[in-house]
Amino acid sequence: MENIELKIYKEMLRKMLLIRLFEEQVDQLYMKGEVHGTGHLYIGMEATAVGSILALKKEDVITSTHRGHGHCIAKGADPKLMMAELLGKRTGYCKGKGGSMHIADINIGILGANGIVGGGIAIATGAAFAIKEMATGQVVLCFFGDGAINQGVFHESINMASIWNLPIIYLVENNKYGMGFPVSKAVNIEKLSKRACAYGIKGITIDGNDVVGVYKAIKEIITDVRSCKGPILVECETYRWKGHSRMDPERYRTKEEVEQWKKKCPILRFKKYLMDNKIISLSEIEKIENEAKNIINEALEFAKNSPFPNPQEAIEDVYA
Amino acid sequence: MRELFYSEAIKEAMVQEMESDDKVFLIGEDVGVYGGAFGLTFGMIDQFGPKRVVDTPISEQAIVGIGIGAALMGMKPIIEIMFSDFILLAMEQIANQAAKIRYMFGGKACVPIVIRTPGGGGTGAAAQHSQSIEALLFHIPGLKIIMPSTPYDAKGLFFSAMKDPNPVIMFEHKLLYKKIKGNVPIERYEIPLGKADIKRVGKDITIVATSYMVHKALTVADKLSFEGIEVEVIDPMTIKPLDIETIINSVKKTNRVVLVEEACYSGGFTSFLASEIASKAFDYLDSPIIRVASLDTPIPYSIVLENEVIPSEDKIEKAIKGLLI
Repeated sequence: MENIELKIYKEMLRKMLLIRLFEEQVDQLYMKGEVHGTGHLYIGMEATAVGSILALKKEDVITSTHRGHGHCIAKGADPKLMMAELLGKRTGYCKGKGGSMHIADINIGILGANGIVGGGIAIATGAAFAIKEMATGQVVLCFFGDGAINQGVFHESINMASIWNLPIIYLVENNKYGMGFPVSKAVNIEKLSKRACAYGIKGITIDGNDVVGVYKAIKEIITDVRSCKGPILVECETYRWKGHSRMDPERYRTKEEVEQWKKKCPILRFKKYLMDNKIISLSEIEKIENEAKNIINEALEFAKNSPFPNPQEAIEDVYA
Repeated sequence: MRELFYSEAIKEAMVQEMESDDKVFLIGEDVGVYGGAFGLTFGMIDQFGPKRVVDTPISEQAIVGIGIGAALMGMKPIIEIMFSDFILLAMEQIANQAAKIRYMFGGKACVPIVIRTPGGGGTGAAAQHSQSIEALLFHIPGLKIIMPSTPYDAKGLFFSAMKDPNPVIMFEHKLLYKKIKGNVPIERYEIPLGKADIKRVGKDITIVATSYMVHKALTVADKLSFEGIEVEVIDPMTIKPLDIETIINSVKKTNRVVLVEEACYSGGFTSFLASEIASKAFDYLDSPIIRVASLDTPIPYSIVLENEVIPSEDKIEKAIKGLLI
């Protein structure tokens, strides 16, 4: 495989930082009680979303999960519109009607975050079906977690994708826990990617905290997927630093375990990689980081200054 | 004009729709090679090929989800669920996804799917293959529901359903497929959603009936005509969005109403309709609103029991006469 261009390395860093800073900002807002409802933060998992999505072409599409801010930002969603949506403002992606778990931007190929565990998997499969029918040459990247892989709809969907050779990558983000149920108790197999053989397709398990590794792994398989040689199941092993949602007392894991994973921070790891390999200088890294901070600050300003929807809007958009 | 069976009218509608727009495809279990569980789609796979008449494994939830995903990408799926009872397997995708995507995404997407599915009892198919569960879908905001009772209505409503950018569920009735024939124009025509049809004009009492019950109501109406009772029979055709105005206008004229459906008494669609009529036509009612519905039981197997549970013409006639004493 060819060398990764410098601009891709910069974009990897930029996007991982955007996600981290966005989520940390959102975390602050929740702690101050400024957000209605709860949120599911992607902190610690940035390399999976960024590495995989940067390996796509611009016209490829994704489906996301309830923990979807990372996917959306990686795919190019506007942090201003996302932040406004989280604050329930009219200027949000969904005019305040969807909230954190239902952010979507069909125009840039985000077919929606989803509040139902596994809810996007069949939809992603349908998108791939349409892509094959219409011969558009796109690929679908379907995100879901170690919880969703036990939903019946996962098995129904991947089975159909396998019999029809649909252009879809099923990417399971194994962050070790569903809500609080450890994956080791939820399945009888060592690696989730082994389920691929039940469907006669290829399955791989990769280090989801290695953004370059994720990027390369997707790049290596995507050409075959795009030419409808069959779907592939990719398991990204990663970890979420924060609880399942804001109300999570985290009784299912120890503080020590969390600290261990924090030491393996995908962003610090990538920064070190960039500097050790003299790809990007420290000052350039800091510049990218500052730009990301500005973007998130602007997003917060925008969201805070935006108006709430008119109550009458509650009855609009039920039907097209 | 030539006559077609209800099933033939639906097939003709699908064929004409697929001929006119190559974004339209039919997907479901045994819709292709088998020709459809009720023989409805026989021959379609020969005309359109397996890429547009798509046979699937038995996976209702994903079948509907695939339709949703394809619709988001610009295709127009016709999703056939073999028996309406099996819709329950796909409720997550229908109720949490298809129905809500437009709203949750702030109006920035739509899900133009049509789900066709035969419901109803009277065939000895028993409890899990005979239900009328439209009320469960009626309750979910974001869905539209049609229940055509004649071949003419079925074809015209189908075209409107395909044109509608919202998810539309078309509840067909198994007994209508090869039992009811009617005039059907060969050309395309649309019957708008959300418009009720006065199937029979009368002055003494209004019956509102859905699906197969429309025919039972009409049979009863013809019989009572000989006794000097003129029954007005209204077929909502679309139960959501409901044309309540046509129904209220009729009640204002006749002052008495009987609501007939095959769904179970508790919480069937006519329970909503009864409350609508009570609140919107209270001053015009000369008697309580009467509902005739299936007993609150699963549909039993033995024909004696099945006939007891599902509303009979006899029960409808008694309900009408009970109001006129």
